[in-house]
Amino acid sequence: MSMHSTSTVSYPRADVDPPSGSLFPHKHLLGIWGLDPTSIKHLLDVADGYADQNRTANKNSSICAGLTQINLFFENSTRTLMSFEIAGKRLGLDTISMSTGSSSIKKGETLLDTAATLNAMHPDVLVVRHGDSGAVKLLSEKMDCAVINAGDGRAEHPTQALLDALTIRRRKGQIHGQTIVICGDIAHSRVARSNIYLLNAMGARVRLVAPPTLLPKDVDRLGVEVFHRMDEGLKGADVVMMLRLQQERMKGAFLPSLREYYKFWGLTREKLNAAKDDVLIMHPGPMNRGVEIASDVADDIDRSAIEEQVEMGVAVRMACIDVLTRGLPQRVNADKAEETKS
Amino acid sequence: MSKIFVNARIIDPVTSYDKKGSLLIHGDKIVGYGEHMEAPEGALVIDCGGKVLCPGFIDMRAHAVDPIAAPAGGITTVILQPDQNTMIDTDAVVERIRRRAEDGGSSRVYPMGTATRGMEGSQIAEIGQMQQSGAVAFTDCRKAIADAQVLRRLLEYAGYFNALVVQFPEEASLAAGGVAHEGETATRLGFAGIPSAAEAMQIERDTRLALLTGGRIHFALISSREGVEAVREAKAKGAKVTCSTAPHYLLLNDNALEGYRTFAKVSPPLREEEDRLALIAGIADGTIDTLVSDHDPKSADVKRLPFAQADHGIIGFETLLPLSLTPVHAGKVDLMVALRALTSTPAALLGLETGTLAKGAPADITIFDLNKPLRINVDELHSSAKNTPFDSLPVQGKVWKTLVGGEILFGKDA
Repeated sequence: MSMHSTSTVSYPRADVDPPSGSLFPHKHLLGIWGLDPTSIKHLLDVADGYADQNRTANKNSSICAGLTQINLFFENSTRTLMSFEIAGKRLGLDTISMSTGSSSIKKGETLLDTAATLNAMHPDVLVVRHGDSGAVKLLSEKMDCAVINAGDGRAEHPTQALLDALTIRRRKGQIHGQTIVICGDIAHSRVARSNIYLLNAMGARVRLVAPPTLLPKDVDRLGVEVFHRMDEGLKGADVVMMLRLQQERMKGAFLPSLREYYKFWGLTREKLNAAKDDVLIMHPGPMNRGVEIASDVADDIDRSAIEEQVEMGVAVRMACIDVLTRGLPQRVNADKAEETKS
Repeated sequence: MSKIFVNARIIDPVTSYDKKGSLLIHGDKIVGYGEHMEAPEGALVIDCGGKVLCPGFIDMRAHAVDPIAAPAGGITTVILQPDQNTMIDTDAVVERIRRRAEDGGSSRVYPMGTATRGMEGSQIAEIGQMQQSGAVAFTDCRKAIADAQVLRRLLEYAGYFNALVVQFPEEASLAAGGVAHEGETATRLGFAGIPSAAEAMQIERDTRLALLTGGRIHFALISSREGVEAVREAKAKGAKVTCSTAPHYLLLNDNALEGYRTFAKVSPPLREEEDRLALIAGIADGTIDTLVSDHDPKSADVKRLPFAQADHGIIGFETLLPLSLTPVHAGKVDLMVALRALTSTPAALLGLETGTLAKGAPADITIFDLNKPLRINVDELHSSAKNTPFDSLPVQGKVWKTLVGGEILFGKDA
């Protein structure tokens, strides 16, 4: 029970269940919060290998053959869902995807009943996206298999943060010491939260730039510098990450208009002048061109890493699935068979 | 039939009496107390072994009757909130609840009626008739009455009946969509927040209306430092303003939400450490008048959900005493002050004749062991649901016997 403290100490996640000797001693990937730099680095190292492999003709492997992966998306998504599906298939898993829009899974059923139902089907990996913060953690409590959070509410989107980190590491050599600016709707963004935790853990300097209405309370206590003006926040930046502005935010009196938002917080070539010449431009997609980012900036082939992020997404998700299933008996036997062959 | 309780530490918050002695009851009434009481012939002698004997607790805010849990918590009077399956908004419903309660065998139950019809905040409820049927105060429960004109008229109208209006201190438009205190924890866990200002601004506005009308207003639950300060200022201005808080706000801050624990989801939300400390100070200096359990049994079906979807509420009857004693044992609040907030003050606010050990008062009595160390064990609670964040918490203080109208309802065999 946490009773007498307001400090910002990090509590370990409750899912720590270490397979002996693993560099990633966790049963699930529910968030970046609570992961130590060693665990993060391990995922990035494995993903780095897959990123290279994905560029060769031999993209596919069968190291996870026979395992079942369920992608359960309570929120609409195309990119992330496809990325997880491709990642699973490249590793040889049998992947099944369900979206609540197209299935009957959410006909009044509670989340824990859904979890119990899925658990009875004995999947080996469950990938979940849900609109409520903490929902994926709740679901994981009923699952025997590894659960990967593909985004929960405004809380976390860990694979997005990992793919962003991998992109930065490959382009800039390292994350440590980089000045990384996250711009836009921080308040409603799980991408921003996961990135703040990851980049801080890996030793980057993290800045946020947003209008006051799109910054959550006390966000400065998470170890970031907060700016409202783009030119100040972008000064000397190595990386700038733009966030998608959800159009529905316009209804809640967060902003007067898209036009005004673009004028003050849209990333244009002119505003980018404050950053370093070789600044890396990132966006988790899908982009609103002319709202948070100008087209010529998004398409800048030298500095924009937006397509590379998508590419790294597959590699990172392959790494997560691989690492989380390493302790499974099927994998252990397959790996042994591989060893005897060679 | 007389009963004499000997070897007790008798505390009567009305007179600030606190001495070793005996208390005599006859039938359902208190005969008297003192250091040397003569036991009449044939009286049942009960040796209290030095335990504290005080008026039974009056819990001003419960969402369920829970007839076994209430006496087990030392609560002799339960003030039922109007948010029942059948909303308490007419004299017929009030009467039905009163009649069911009078069957006996458990604590007294008095309902609060709704302050506005259907808790819709637009039309004054039938306060006069509900009062005649036994409603002791009027509230829209978790909804603040937002319309200033409606609340003004309500205070004026209720004033004629000398009825207490209980307001939920949360400005609804500022709190809209929020599920937790707006601060670092909500930011990190990804929750929409409710700022403390939502509480303070409701209190400040309503204080103006209390001054304008001369009416009495009671704030149902205070959760923040800003709320305590607003009430303190209101009292200094001479407004007839009172307020309650619940023990969970004195023991927990929003760190308890860590891990998305819905058992710590309450309304108003748990706030920060400085708020927790300000609330304890508010109890100690009398700014906060009463301690309530806010007892709200909720099944796992509505609690084991994603945090934003889960219901508010925790159970509080059986933890009311040990949790309220925590700041007492820590030396932050006087025992007399804490007991006053549980007995005589709510009685005075609601116009009840209990809450005192005076001669002739109903024999509603709680006897408890002040220092007994124990761990709260959810499996031992009698409540109809088990939603508490306090399971296994070490505390001090345990109810030994509870009497309602001279009848021992809890601790018969002890």
